[in-house]
Amino acid sequence: MTAFFQSLGLSYEWAWTVATLTGIIVISLLVMFSVAMVIYVDRKVLGAIMMRRGPNVVGPFGLLQSFADGLKVFLQETIIPSAANKGIFLLAPIITFTVALAAWAVIPFSAGVVLADINVGLLYILAISSMGVYGVVMSGWASNSKYPFFSAMRASAQMISYEVSIGFVLVCVVLFAGTFNMSGIVNAQRGFGLGVINGYVVHPLLFPMWVVFFISSLAETARAPFDLTEAESELVAGYQTEYSSMSFALFWLGEYANILLMCSLNTLLFWGGWLPPIDWAPLYMVPGIIWFLLKTFMFFLMFSWIWATVPRYRYDQLMRLGWKVFLPMSLVFVVVTSGWLMATGHFG
Amino acid sequence: MIQAIAFYFFATIVVGAAVMVIMAKNPVHSVLWLILTFFNAAGLMVMVGAEFIAMLLVIVYVGAVAVLFLFVVMMLDIDFAAMRAGFIRNVPLGLAIAAVLLAELLLAVGAYNAGGITLGTPDGSALQAADVSNIEALGALLYGRYILLFEIAGIILLVAMIGAIVLTLQPPKLGARARQNVGKQIRRRPEDATVMKNPEIGRGVEL
Repeated sequence: MTAFFQSLGLSYEWAWTVATLTGIIVISLLVMFSVAMVIYVDRKVLGAIMMRRGPNVVGPFGLLQSFADGLKVFLQETIIPSAANKGIFLLAPIITFTVALAAWAVIPFSAGVVLADINVGLLYILAISSMGVYGVVMSGWASNSKYPFFSAMRASAQMISYEVSIGFVLVCVVLFAGTFNMSGIVNAQRGFGLGVINGYVVHPLLFPMWVVFFISSLAETARAPFDLTEAESELVAGYQTEYSSMSFALFWLGEYANILLMCSLNTLLFWGGWLPPIDWAPLYMVPGIIWFLLKTFMFFLMFSWIWATVPRYRYDQLMRLGWKVFLPMSLVFVVVTSGWLMATGHFG
Repeated sequence: MIQAIAFYFFATIVVGAAVMVIMAKNPVHSVLWLILTFFNAAGLMVMVGAEFIAMLLVIVYVGAVAVLFLFVVMMLDIDFAAMRAGFIRNVPLGLAIAAVLLAELLLAVGAYNAGGITLGTPDGSALQAADVSNIEALGALLYGRYILLFEIAGIILLVAMIGAIVLTLQPPKLGARARQNVGKQIRRRPEDATVMKNPEIGRGVEL
């Protein structure tokens, strides 16, 4: 895109600045739009599974429901509890939202369609997603209220626990790909399965790792069955209890942007990203971004399906799964994977 | 040009936030300023081309260490008046620490101006290894030349971790052991736990 703005007569620095700013705005707007649509899909899927209709009033098939909700919260009054720590109380939703958007900078939507094609892309995502916990902790503390504080404690312990096993899963993927660059990881998956299938998930060593990663991404985004941070029967609405109007909406949007991010990471790391499922020339006629969006959407459907079907975990079960099952398992797989790659001469 | 702007931006925030860490009245605010300092220090590291270290700084310090820090500070019930009461008493100690830090800074600046360190050059541009990414260069050094030191550091950390676990491990009290057998919990079926009774009215149930 820099080259395009340079052709308009701008110097390289200005062209780069304008191109980057344009990229940021386009990606943010598209992510926000997808979040609005995906919230609608989520509610429709949940409705269908519960044999209800779901949103069906605003717009054709209720398609505009999310936008109506957005307008509604925008017009509401922001209530700040008098006992709250005002600055941090207002900062917390902004951090959640910003962090949820910032991670999209290194996501390649198609071959070469990425805002920042950096060498440490995967580490950047880990770093940014580890920031996400601050929005929750700060909101819980600043609300100066008991339930939000409990919820913040739960959320941060949960996020830290599952980040550990996610880290080890990513090590396995990086061992196979030999790079931390997101585009490089996707390109390394071309023809990976017997020279035909694009995607790491077909490998017997990586399939269990994908299962661990998928479940961990449910826990990391605090989706059901791991939504203990917002367990309404125990904690009212968790850390969002004291929030209203736009500050509440920022949490809500950030949460769904994170869910979409996790879906796209599943796609990019294990299911071949923008590559078609099978390495067969006619399938490459379809633009890469279509494959990417299709796969990401498939994972989102799995997220809402799980939301509607699986009962909530108990907190000790959640911790047990993270520390006593996933952590040892992923550690063993890191060792086995590197041993396997050495034995088969993958590193040359 | 843009490097200079970015450098002064990050550097100003690092210094300002670091000052706020000690100036803030509320300890929770202090920790949050500290996190801002870490984050902007990572930005400075990206600028000198050490992107791997920058990401590690954010993942380890911002993502893990500072969270635990914040945890502890939030849970503490701190009396702010009592904390400030001992100011005069602690001034000599504070001045001593400040003097040591100042001496170290002067020494560092002097050593840097004297040259001799090949890490960076006095005009600020770091030496770039051709065509080797950060991670590869670090990996080649750590797992090649410094493998022994690296392994020793790893073993020390392992011992420290085991030590921490042993220290916090409480021996199970006799009789009141709250341990769960997950396999047993999963195998449990409704038939094992419930019985259907159909009592006559006014008779009651005997289980």
